[in-house]
Amino acid sequence: MTINESQDEIIEEFELFDDWADKYEYIIDLGKKLKGLSEEQKTEDNIIKGCQSRVWLNARKEDESLIFEADSEAIIVKGLVNMLIRVLSGHTPHDIAKADLYFMDKIGMSQHLAQTRSNGLASMVKQMKNYAIAYSLKN
Amino acid sequence: MQLTETLDIQAIRADFPILNQEINGRKLVYFDNAATTQKPTSVIETITHYYNFDNANIHRGIHTLAERATRDFEASREAIRDFLGASSIEEIIFTSGTTQGINLVASTFGRKFIKEGDEIIISGMEHHSNIVPWQMLCEENGIKLKVIPVTDLGELDMEAYQNLLSEKVKLVSVNHVSNSLGTINPVKEIIDLAHSFGAKVLIDGAQATSHLNIDVQALDADFYVFSAHKLYGPTGIGVLYGRKDILNAMPPYMGGGEMIKDVTFEKTTYNELPYKFEAGTPNIADVVALKTALEYIAFHGKENIAAHEDMLLKYATEQLSEIEGLRIIGQAKEKISVVSFVIDGIHHQDIGVLLDNQGVAVRTGHHCTQPLMQRFNILGTSRASFAVYNTVEEIDRLVAGLHKVKKMLL
Ligand SMILES: Cc1ncc(COP(=O)(O)O)c(C=O)c1O
Repeated sequence: MTINESQDEIIEEFELFDDWADKYEYIIDLGKKLKGLSEEQKTEDNIIKGCQSRVWLNARKEDESLIFEADSEAIIVKGLVNMLIRVLSGHTPHDIAKADLYFMDKIGMSQHLAQTRSNGLASMVKQMKNYAIAYSLKN
Repeated sequence: MQLTETLDIQAIRADFPILNQEINGRKLVYFDNAATTQKPTSVIETITHYYNFDNANIHRGIHTLAERATRDFEASREAIRDFLGASSIEEIIFTSGTTQGINLVASTFGRKFIKEGDEIIISGMEHHSNIVPWQMLCEENGIKLKVIPVTDLGELDMEAYQNLLSEKVKLVSVNHVSNSLGTINPVKEIIDLAHSFGAKVLIDGAQATSHLNIDVQALDADFYVFSAHKLYGPTGIGVLYGRKDILNAMPPYMGGGEMIKDVTFEKTTYNELPYKFEAGTPNIADVVALKTALEYIAFHGKENIAAHEDMLLKYATEQLSEIEGLRIIGQAKEKISVVSFVIDGIHHQDIGVLLDNQGVAVRTGHHCTQPLMQRFNILGTSRASFAVYNTVEEIDRLVAGLHKVKKMLL
């Protein structure tokens, strides 16, 4: 599945919800389902500090694709992280670097990417892109 | 609830146009007043009136507009003198806010009068703006920073404070009221003790001025700072009160226009108080509007406002305490209307997001008091803080909102 196909799939899933609580319950559920990182994997190196909550991001290369793993101490952020990983992880650095993440806006969650939220999410997306750019330059 | 109200809260609410809106489909409940209060129509109108009719640069012009602007600007200074119980308008310095007031004192009084080997005392419940300027000064000049510990209830450990005091201490800088806990600190006692060792005292009044009566002379404070935006006034303006003899002995803060008497390339002589500390064109419109904010408070009566807020605090404390797993951080005997809390197993950010979706605005996080959060071994809290326009029904909305949050998350 391409990055955009995953995004469209998420958008379709969200069309089923007609009130905010259903949407957030789904995201909370995604947050609970995200495997996250072990305590040893949450290092000072991969921490992304938001004012409100911390996010940890790991990236590694497997064959041609970039694999992301991440965690957060806030469950809603974790649910959003889950979706970002579903969309971006497993693709080539090239595709990740040029990806346009329109799904957050379409499902009405773009406010969580705003810097004012200080939840580390915006920085995490930037960091994912940075990894992708770094890896695509390496090749 | 039995209410014996002297204030007509519904009429007061009508004075704050911003309250009359829906957020995410629900009537806005604004409980982030400790961060900044909303502004009454009279304050907003003062600002527009100023720009529509009176705008001119002050103190320098001889034309009518300049006279009007200067008159209103200085009338505000006089109103603040009265509000703080200061003896002279020379002791009232306009700043951009609490933060600038503290930085001004650190850079001028601090640099001149606090030397290597000396000590400064702050407390464990200070806002970062009453920590960092002193840390910077201490690092620069080899000064030691000492911290008054906070008890489990969220009060200052006064015995420990007495033990920290010595002849080496040149300044004690503490808040009147804690923004994270709501604790009202015994500042009179703190000041008297400091003075007995010859130390000067700065009181950060950011959270106090909208709730408590302030009398800097009765307190015998050397410095008292606050921000207009926390007492129904505009952002970008604040006040530093300083005792005249101390201000006179201090070097100026910034150089520029307004703060000088005569300038030649060889030597510049400085203007008199308070202008010595007010370099450049000030924030005139907002200074003028601060007076309107003080009049708004005076019109309703601080005692009446405090009584209403105390009632809200009591009700909120009772109602929130009944929520299972909820723990109130800050249970001091003397508090203003701030309730900070954590809920077992729930991150404060999730609380904030889910309450916002229900139209309830609270603040979540460390509230710029990270050392205090470390003291309580928490990452942050959710904080509801009340102002004159808040109601019992709104607290019910918060409580219902939290039940919903718990249902969704646990
Ligand atoms: C106790 C305390 N001190 C200082 C400040 C800083 O005030 P300002 O940002 O208006 O300078 C605040 C504001 O949050 C505060 O609550």
